[in-house]
Amino acid sequence: MRKRDYLKDIEAPSLLYFEEFGDKETQQPAVIPPPEKEKFKIIGNVVPRIDGEKIVTGQAPFTHDIQLRGMLYGKILRSPHPCADIVSVDLSGALSLSGVKAAIQLKEGKVRYAGELVAAVAAVDENTAEEALKLIKVEYKPLPFVVTPDKAMEEGAPQVLDQPNLRKINDYSRGDIEIGFKEADIVLERTYKTAVEIHQVAETHSSVAKWEEENLTVWDSTQAIFSVRDGLARALNIPASRIKVIKHYMGGGFGSKLGLNDYTVAAAKLAKEAGRPVKIALSRKENSICVGNRPSSLQTIKGGVKKDGTLTALYYKNYTCGGVGAGDSCAEPLVDVYRCPNVKVEEYTVFANTVASRPTRAPGHVQGTLALEGFMEELANELGMDPLELRMKNYSLKNRGDTGIPYSSKGLDKCYQIGAEKIGWERRNKRPGEGKGKLRRGLGMASQIWGGAGRPGTQADIRIHPDGSVEAICGTQDLGTGTRTYMAEVAAETLGLEPQDITIKIGNTEYPWAGSSGGSTTTPSVAPATRDAALKAVDYLKNLAAKKFSVNPDEIFIENKKLFNKNNPAQSVDFQALVREQRRELVFHGECSGRSTDYTYNTFGAHFAEVEVDLETGQIKVIKVVAVHDSGRIMNKLTAESQVIGGITQGISTALFEERVMDNSTGKVVNPNLRDYKIATSMDIPEIVPVFVDMVDSQINILGTKGLGEPPRIPASAAVANAVYNAIGVHISEIPMTPDKVLQALKEKEAAR
Amino acid sequence: MEKVKEKRRKTFTRRDFLKGFGGGAISAAVLPKLLAQEMSSLRTKKGNIPLYSRKEITLTVNGKKVRLVVEPRETLLDVLRERLNLTGTKKICNRGECGGCTVLLDGFTVYSCLYLAIRADGKNITTIEGLASADKLHPVQQAFIAKDGYQCGFCAPGFIISSAALLDKNKTPSLEEVKEALSGNLCRCGNYAKIYEAVLTASTRRP
Repeated sequence: MRKRDYLKDIEAPSLLYFEEFGDKETQQPAVIPPPEKEKFKIIGNVVPRIDGEKIVTGQAPFTHDIQLRGMLYGKILRSPHPCADIVSVDLSGALSLSGVKAAIQLKEGKVRYAGELVAAVAAVDENTAEEALKLIKVEYKPLPFVVTPDKAMEEGAPQVLDQPNLRKINDYSRGDIEIGFKEADIVLERTYKTAVEIHQVAETHSSVAKWEEENLTVWDSTQAIFSVRDGLARALNIPASRIKVIKHYMGGGFGSKLGLNDYTVAAAKLAKEAGRPVKIALSRKENSICVGNRPSSLQTIKGGVKKDGTLTALYYKNYTCGGVGAGDSCAEPLVDVYRCPNVKVEEYTVFANTVASRPTRAPGHVQGTLALEGFMEELANELGMDPLELRMKNYSLKNRGDTGIPYSSKGLDKCYQIGAEKIGWERRNKRPGEGKGKLRRGLGMASQIWGGAGRPGTQADIRIHPDGSVEAICGTQDLGTGTRTYMAEVAAETLGLEPQDITIKIGNTEYPWAGSSGGSTTTPSVAPATRDAALKAVDYLKNLAAKKFSVNPDEIFIENKKLFNKNNPAQSVDFQALVREQRRELVFHGECSGRSTDYTYNTFGAHFAEVEVDLETGQIKVIKVVAVHDSGRIMNKLTAESQVIGGITQGISTALFEERVMDNSTGKVVNPNLRDYKIATSMDIPEIVPVFVDMVDSQINILGTKGLGEPPRIPASAAVANAVYNAIGVHISEIPMTPDKVLQALKEKEAAR
Repeated sequence: MEKVKEKRRKTFTRRDFLKGFGGGAISAAVLPKLLAQEMSSLRTKKGNIPLYSRKEITLTVNGKKVRLVVEPRETLLDVLRERLNLTGTKKICNRGECGGCTVLLDGFTVYSCLYLAIRADGKNITTIEGLASADKLHPVQQAFIAKDGYQCGFCAPGFIISSAALLDKNKTPSLEEVKEALSGNLCRCGNYAKIYEAVLTASTRRP
């Protein structure tokens, strides 16, 4: 079911995302070290971020904060037209303005969305650069356009990409749905709609470029320093060895900062032209219209079920709209989560003159889970069954709905059990909407599946200096999940030191290679690589100590900054003293190992939500969310909780508030700011209870850990929607569930009586 | 309008000239007063509005007095970040919607992106860089670390300043009061629940 074949000639970042991070069917050869059963002292505990002080004092350097001597400010001229031919671009006016040091044209031919870049300038300050943009003369020939999927699918709609606006991106089937529907006692069909959602990262996308002779250094607000480096090498036609990309701290990415961006190339070109460093930091408006979003979906599920709850057939159709790029395939949860022999999936992307969508924290899965889990909830109601019981009835232990490869470990049943207990599942309305009064309470739940297995081949070094100080080094990047902290935990745990004894170096392409931080892959890649390097260091040091004590290396243990003789713990040598004696630097290289192809590696979880709906105003208030996750071994309880809390908050935001609004007449985004584009605020947050089943996956990697970035984002919106259904007795099939939609749904329910 | 534009152009030239001396924060010491107070006026029906092309102002930032010459259009946020190199205060929306640029101005929180630098003349400003005392973090800062009151950390300075301002006025806020006080700050990573915990922890730690 690889989708890329469908999409050879269009921009399809979300699909590439699965190529890169997805559950690959062919893995590297298995070189799995034995699972580690030992109890850890540091790993998995509450460990405050080691870089916390930098963050709370404003000293953590973000790309926005990079100031270089002689640095210029770059600004980008963007097309005001959703579709137009560029007839001519005249930069002379901009170049003649005092303070402008470079101006370049970046686009020829056709612009296909309002906001696509056309030209760029670099000037001594931001105001001058803004001023210069106004002096660039561009002649456009405006062309017909279409910005919403409904319009794009109409007969005779303007073609967005010189090909039909509708294109198949996914085609999957197993079994025979016709037979499945014949076996069913109940057949239900429902349609679900999700809006376009903008990442709205705190730190707008930004790059700083500086040339020194033929060498380029770029500070980039990115989730993928190596991809940016390699992309720049291609774009500028210079070897990657001459490019260094640095990212110290980044103010949010959520998938929108994977890979090379056009403004980064612009910064590099402007810097070359001007002979001075150039910073480009996008405005909030640019960030809202030019750097992607979560594509919309219009999903239909038709399902058949026997009276006892056994699923017999699932048919799924989706129209996703990702602007000039392909949208998200959203079928994965439906294909994988429940045991069902007969499944058919058809997905189409609809092209429109809006910016190409990008991966957005759990691409496809947020939309797909909303539909699948909403459907299961309604199906349970039709059957008169407990929704949780229906899910357990169709529980699967292999992927592809129990028809594929077994999961390496799956704790979803535990998640259900713990979640139901903690939320008080028995308090739910046995019939949706059976409560009384103006304020209606309801409970709902949803399940989650995601990859998150990590990337074999990720590298990390442990360097031990002659003075005994230790560095853990990896060319990964911290998205705000606490990468530095768990690297320090792993190194310290292994070497018998404390986290604060370890200096962490990340975010630089001169360090050992690591992949992009997306797909919940960073922790299960970087932690095992660090562990591997540290274990090699320990082996080396044990050998040294063994010689000293004239014992075997396996008779040495390392603890509290000392190496001890097991047989005679009074005999020990200081870690530092032992290293000093070597009079040289000790470097150990670690890698994240490959995995067996006998298993499929996934993360699981379940969210349980309680809501209160005001029948008069249509307002929804989320009261409580219990989130239970199986992400393998948890590396740090404190930061893991934050991931879950953040995922739920964003999920509530998606369910209740977020929607990019396009204007069909002008082709522009109507709400490209943080006032009109609503996101959850401090007033919208319920009580959140994060729980980890904390089961160590003995197959996945040396630490038994899986990813956690995306999982808590996946079931939250669906759990809230299902709780609303339980409260008012009607499933709001469209998110965001704004009060108007709630009132409309109540009205329709009333009319249908 | 044309006249104003003309004026602006002129200031760029001067600014270029000044930047030639090393740019960054321009102290009054190296700057002739003559340049600093250049002024004309815009005639309107209601009378003349003075138009400064540059104005010398004095700010007390984190306890230190700084004199500098600013353009009237420069926001306090830009002056802090670009001229004084205090980049802990963040620019997230630049239009008063997110609280990322919150600083204390004479003890009250303001969005520095909506506050013109010339209006801050003579005022006392505390940024995230000035919240800790010489040897000790502010209790709010300590609590943010202990409770993980951030993820990416970009909005954290704004939240910390707002939280410190709340605890200055209300030593024992309720959870609802904390939510209310922080409702002008946005955290896109969605870590509000941990932030409340941090603020409530800090409140009990205060003397």
